[in-house]
Amino acid sequence: MTTWEIVVGLETHVQLKTRSKMFSPAPTAFGAKPNTQAHPIDLALPGVLPSPNLGAIDCAIRFGLAVGGEIARRSVFARKNYFYPDLPKGYQISQFELPVVAGGSLSFCLSDGSERTVQLTRAHLEEDAGKSVHEGLAGLAPQTSGIDLNRAGTPLLEIVTEPVMRSAQEAAAYARALHGLVTWMDICDGNLQEGSFRCDANVSVRPKGSEAFGTRCEIKNINSFRFLERAIEYEAARQIELIESGGQVRQETRLFDPDRDETRSMRSKEDAHDYRYFPDPDLPTLLIDEKTIDQVRQSMPILPKQARLKLMEQFGLSAQDADLVAASREALSFFQKTVEALPGLEPTKTAKLVANWMAADLSTFLNRSEGLGYGEAPVTPLLLASLLQRLGDGTISSKIARELFAQLWQDPKQTVDGLIESQGLRQVQDTGQIDGWVAEVISANPKMVDEYKAGKDKALNAMVGQVMKKSQGKANPSAVTQALKSKLDA
Amino acid sequence: MEFRFSPLSELRRALDSGMVSVEELAQDYLAALKNEPFGASLAVAPELTLKQARYCQNLLEKTPPDQRSPLLGLPVIHKDVFVTTGWPTTAGSKILENYQSPFNAQAVDQLESAGMVCLGKANCDEFAMGSTNEHSAYKPARNPWDTRRIPGGSSGGSAVAVAAGLAPAATGTDTGGSIRQPAAMCGITGIKPTYGRVSRWGLVAYASSLDQAGPMARTAQDCAWMLSAMAGFDPKDSTSLNEPSEDFARLLGKPMTDAASTEQPLRGLRLGMPSQYFSNQISPAVAKALEAALQVLRGLGAETLEVDLPRTELSLPAYYVIAPAEASSNLSRFDGVRYGHRSEKATDLESLYCLSRTEAFGPEVRRRILLGSYVLSHGYYDAYYLQAQKVRRLVAMDFDRAFEHCDFIVGPVSPVTAWRLGDSPALEAAKDNPLLAEYLSDVFTLGASLSGLPAMSMPCGFESTAGGHRLPVGLQLIGPRFEEAKMLALADHFQLATNFHEQTPDFSGAQS
Repeated sequence: MTTWEIVVGLETHVQLKTRSKMFSPAPTAFGAKPNTQAHPIDLALPGVLPSPNLGAIDCAIRFGLAVGGEIARRSVFARKNYFYPDLPKGYQISQFELPVVAGGSLSFCLSDGSERTVQLTRAHLEEDAGKSVHEGLAGLAPQTSGIDLNRAGTPLLEIVTEPVMRSAQEAAAYARALHGLVTWMDICDGNLQEGSFRCDANVSVRPKGSEAFGTRCEIKNINSFRFLERAIEYEAARQIELIESGGQVRQETRLFDPDRDETRSMRSKEDAHDYRYFPDPDLPTLLIDEKTIDQVRQSMPILPKQARLKLMEQFGLSAQDADLVAASREALSFFQKTVEALPGLEPTKTAKLVANWMAADLSTFLNRSEGLGYGEAPVTPLLLASLLQRLGDGTISSKIARELFAQLWQDPKQTVDGLIESQGLRQVQDTGQIDGWVAEVISANPKMVDEYKAGKDKALNAMVGQVMKKSQGKANPSAVTQALKSKLDA
Repeated sequence: MEFRFSPLSELRRALDSGMVSVEELAQDYLAALKNEPFGASLAVAPELTLKQARYCQNLLEKTPPDQRSPLLGLPVIHKDVFVTTGWPTTAGSKILENYQSPFNAQAVDQLESAGMVCLGKANCDEFAMGSTNEHSAYKPARNPWDTRRIPGGSSGGSAVAVAAGLAPAATGTDTGGSIRQPAAMCGITGIKPTYGRVSRWGLVAYASSLDQAGPMARTAQDCAWMLSAMAGFDPKDSTSLNEPSEDFARLLGKPMTDAASTEQPLRGLRLGMPSQYFSNQISPAVAKALEAALQVLRGLGAETLEVDLPRTELSLPAYYVIAPAEASSNLSRFDGVRYGHRSEKATDLESLYCLSRTEAFGPEVRRRILLGSYVLSHGYYDAYYLQAQKVRRLVAMDFDRAFEHCDFIVGPVSPVTAWRLGDSPALEAAKDNPLLAEYLSDVFTLGASLSGLPAMSMPCGFESTAGGHRLPVGLQLIGPRFEEAKMLALADHFQLATNFHEQTPDFSGAQS
C-alpha cells in the first residue's frame, strides 16, 4: 500500500486597504449600491487610461519588506486578456514576468507548537474584476445576469507560495498566519466574508519519497480557513482514490462546494484560456527607488515575529502566550496598555497575569461577541488593569474577579471599586470569620473528614469548596486551606 | 467666403481687427461643412458650435488684444477618435454608432481652454486603422484635389476639412503616419509630436505605445500655435511626458544656428537624407518634388548629407506586429456589454461577443484584431511580439545614430501621391497585392512612430495628372526627441520661401 504525500501551494488574493482603486480614483468601500463606485476608467469607456495607485504600491512594498522578499526596482504591469462581462476592458491589468515582490518567506506555528516556514515565490499587484450576479436581482428577466462593477479595479496583492506545504492543516495555518500578517501590516482589512482575503489552492499528491510532483488541480476562490482545510482534504482524498483505482488526475480548475463538502470541476486544462499576456503599453515600467523603500521601511510597525520575541525576552512569556498576545496588533496593544496600567506588580508576573486573562476570559467574551476586536472590547485595558489591581492586592478572589469581569463587560460604565463596595465583594481575610465557616463545614461533613484522615487530598479540596460557598466566594482560598488543615491535623 | 483658405494667423488678425466676429467665422465654416461633397465630417452640432463661438466672442471683447490666446475664437474640427461631450464619438466605427462620451479628451479640453471653437468631428479610418480613409464605416473621405482619389488616412477627414477650406485647422492622431500621410496627400501641414507630448486621455486607443495626437493646419506656424495648446503633462496619462509646457512658436522666423543669416537662415543646419528614403521605391513625381524642395532648403543655407537608416524596411513588419497586438487588446472593451453595438441575434454570452463584434467591426479592424491576437498567442509571442520589440529598438537606434550626423532628417512622407478610391498604390514590391501595397506605402512614416520621434509633413510640390489635376506631394521632417519647436521653425522658413502651402484645390468641378 502506497503512502501518499499531499503537496499544496497557495495563491492568495489580498485586497489592499486603499481608499481608491488600483488604476482609478473611484472609492473601494464595500457594500455600495451596484455600479455607483465605478469611474469611467472602471467602466472601460473609450479613451480612458489607467493611473497606478501609489498607495497600493506602498502596500506591496510593506508586504515585501515584512516577508523579507526582494522589492523589484523595476516591475512591469501586464495585460491578461480574456472576455467576461464583469471584466470591462477585456483584460485584467496584472503583473506577469516582473512582479513587484520576489521571494520571501512566512514562519508560523502549527497547533502542535511545531514551527514551519513557507517560501514565497512572488507577490504581484493586480486589479480585481467586477461581480456577476446571476440570481436574486429584482426586475431581471430569467436567464439574465446583472453586472456590478463596484469591485472592478479594486487593488489586489496576489501572494504565491512555492509548493512546499504537505497537509491541509499546514496550508490553513499558513493562510491564518498570512491573514494575521497582512492585517498586522494594515495593508488589508482581513474581512473574509467581504472577500478581502481569498485563496486558490494548488493540490497534488505523490507517493511519499517521490521527488516528482503529481498532476495538480487548482481549487479557486476559498474565503474561509475551515473551507480551505476541508477543500484540500477532500481534493487530496479524491486524487488518491482516483489514482488507486487506476485513474489519472487531470489538470483542471475546481470549485469547492461547502454545502456538499466536495470540489467540482470548473474547467479542464484544455479549455484553459490563452491569456495573451503582454506588457501594458499604457503603463510605463514601475520604478521603485531606494528612497521610497526607505520611507516605507521607516513607517513599518514592529513585525509579529519581532513582537513575539520581545514578549518572550522582555516579559518572560511562554511561546504560546507570546503567540496569543502577538496574534494581532490590536491584541498586542491591548496587552501593552494593560501592563502599563499595572505598575505596582513585578513585570513578569503582571505579564503572565494579563496574558492569562487575554487567553481566557477576554478571548471567551470576544468570541461570543461576533466580530469584536480587542480594540472594541467594552472592558478596556484600563478597566481590566483596575480589576487585576484588586485581584493582585488581595481585595478580591479570582472567582469574584471573573464575575466582575462579566459584569463590567455588560456595563462598562461601572468601576471596579464601585462594584466591590456596592456588592460587598471584598475578600474575607478575617481569620475569625473563616474559622467559624471551617468549623461548620467540618461538623457537617464527618465522612469527608474521615476520608481526609485516610489520606485522600480530594476531600480537602471538597471542603475548601464548601467553605468558599459559605463565604459566597469572598474568603481567601489559601487562608481557608490553611485554617482547614490546622483544624483537621490538630 | 473670403476666409475659408486663410491660415490661423490671418484669421487672428481678422478677429482682432473686428473684420469678422467669432460667430460669423464659425458660421462660415459650418455653412461650408453643410452638404460638403468630400465626406470630411461625421458630426456637426451648429447650435453648440455657435454657443462656443458666442462665449469666445464675449471673452475676446473683454480681453485686450495683447493678452488674448492666439487661438481665441478660431475654429477647429476634431478627428472622431477624440471623445467629446458635445458631439458623438464613433472612431469611424459602427460599434460606436451614436456613442456619447461623458467627458472630453484632454487635448480637446486644452484647445477649448485656449479659445478654439469646435466645428464638429472629422471622418477617419475605423479606429484609425488605414491609410486611405476608405476604412471608415460611414463613408470614405475624398481628396479635394481630385475627388476620385483618397485623401490618405487615417486622419483623412481632418486633412480634407483643412485642404477644402471646411475648417482652418484640425486635430489628428498618428500611430504609423496617420497625421503626416493625409497631410501630404491633401497639401497641408501636420505634425506628430514626440510620443508623450500630448495626453492620450480621451483618444479612442488604437496602439497605445504609438498613438500620438497632433495638429493639422495650413502652415507650420498654425501647427506651432495649436501644439502649444495641445501639449503638456497630464497625470491621467501615465505615458505623458513630465516636461514643462512650451511655446512651440518661439523659434519661428529666427535664424536657426549661430552661423545663420537673414538670407540664409538655415546656414549651419545639417539635413540628413536617408539613402533608404531616396530609393527607387518612390515615384518619379515624388522624387522630383523632393529634389526641388531640397534645392530650396540648400538655398536657405542648409547642408544636406546622406545618412543611413538600415532597418527602414524592418519597421514595416515590426509595426504590423506591435500595433495589431496592442489593438487586439485595446479593442476588447467593445464587447456589446456596456455600450456600443449589441447584436440582436445573440442567444448566449459567446454569441453576444461574436455577433456584436463581427457585425460592427469592419474588415480591416477584424484583420488587425486577428493578427494581433495571433502574435500574442502562447507559443508565438516570443517569435513575433518580442522579436518585433527588439526590432523596434534597433529602428530607434538607427535614428539615434543618424542624429549624430544631422539635425533633422528629410525625406518623403509617402512614396506616391494620392491614389484612386478603390485602387491601391502602384508599388513594385506589392504588385497584385493591394492590401500589402497599402501597408507598404507607410514605410517612411513608421520609423518615427516606432521611435517615438517628432515628425511632420509639409507641402513641397505637386504631381500633375493626365486628368488635369494637381496632386500634392509632402516633405517629411523627422527630428530628435523634443525638437518640435526647432522643426516647426525649419518648416516655417521653408514656407516663407515657398508657396506650396498656399495653393488651394480647384474643386469647382467637384460633384456633391
